[in-house]
Amino acid sequence: MKNLIQLFTIFFRIGLFSIGGGYVMLPMLKEEVVNKRKWLTDEEILDFYAIGQATPGIIAVNTATFVGYSQKGIAGSLSATAGIVAPSIIIITLISAFFTEFREVLIIQKAFAGIRVAVSVLLLFIVAGLIKKGAKYKTGVVIILAAFAGITFFKVSPVLIVAASAAAGIASGALRRKIIRQEKKL
Amino acid sequence: MIHFELFIMFFKIGLFAIGGGLATLPLLKEALLDSGRMSHGEFIDMVAISQATPGPIGINMATYAGFKAAGVTGGLIATAGIVTPSLIIIILIARFMQDYADNSIVKDALAGIRPAAAGMIAAAGLYIFGNSVVMFDLFPSAGWFSLKTAALFVLLGIFYLFKKGNPVFYLLAGAAAGIIFL
Repeated sequence: MKNLIQLFTIFFRIGLFSIGGGYVMLPMLKEEVVNKRKWLTDEEILDFYAIGQATPGIIAVNTATFVGYSQKGIAGSLSATAGIVAPSIIIITLISAFFTEFREVLIIQKAFAGIRVAVSVLLLFIVAGLIKKGAKYKTGVVIILAAFAGITFFKVSPVLIVAASAAAGIASGALRRKIIRQEKKL
Repeated sequence: MIHFELFIMFFKIGLFAIGGGLATLPLLKEALLDSGRMSHGEFIDMVAISQATPGPIGINMATYAGFKAAGVTGGLIATAGIVTPSLIIIILIARFMQDYADNSIVKDALAGIRPAAAGMIAAAGLYIFGNSVVMFDLFPSAGWFSLKTAALFVLLGIFYLFKKGNPVFYLLAGAAAGIIFL
């Protein structure tokens, strides 16, 4: 029960501070479940995030469901998801009930412009860490560059990128095992 | 009846939106704007508010549209609708991954997916950098470079390099700096 409440509050906080899209949650997710609580490793977060992007639904919800399930099964995935949607439900209900000219409030636009700068700083450091880890072997470097170029320059769907990189992983694994087998024979 | 309709409508949107909250936009446009359920102004309001408030954009839009259609329960039911496909699909995948965690093909596939995720996150980082620090495509008439945002970027970057600390601190610092200086 304690873990379920903890999952809810962690994802409530992430929902409350992830403004402007799913990638904003990544620095906070890493801080809460990898650095602070050691529930998951960096690699597992990457798996969840990649699969969450390539499957139907909202990335933040997919990731919350994944993390919740890994900790406490179906009950865990439900409380993590409830946590990440709760701030939205409360805030949007209040805004749509009381404000009509919200988009015109200048102070909020200014705050968000500043938040976006902070997010790019946080993402810069996350990306640097990920690339350092992934670039340890050649196939990793190729896949990082291909995925980056695919999204940035060719607008390739994340589904295709995840499917192709999974296939590349399987192929290079099979090749590696074949080489090892041949070396043993020699 | 309207509640049931809302649930089905947002269940479908959750099921067909792949690639994040903004992927729900064309589906929402079809379900709300093209069907005449919302006026153009209401639709623009929904998108603007959802982008500028905390929480995943897709969830914010579902809550907003549900609330406008059927009050507080409408907001709850639309949100339940949009997250249900995620819950079902991800639980199935997570279960599969647990059962086959030691399978070499699953391991190899994940070894390929991890660097791809790193590349996709780098692309997202560049995108947000291009919309906050140097304006790649927003407001081109206002100039593509803002000294203030660049200074804030460098300042926060140097601070993070030496101090690290909780990301929430940086988000709040960014908000405060935005209100005062930008």
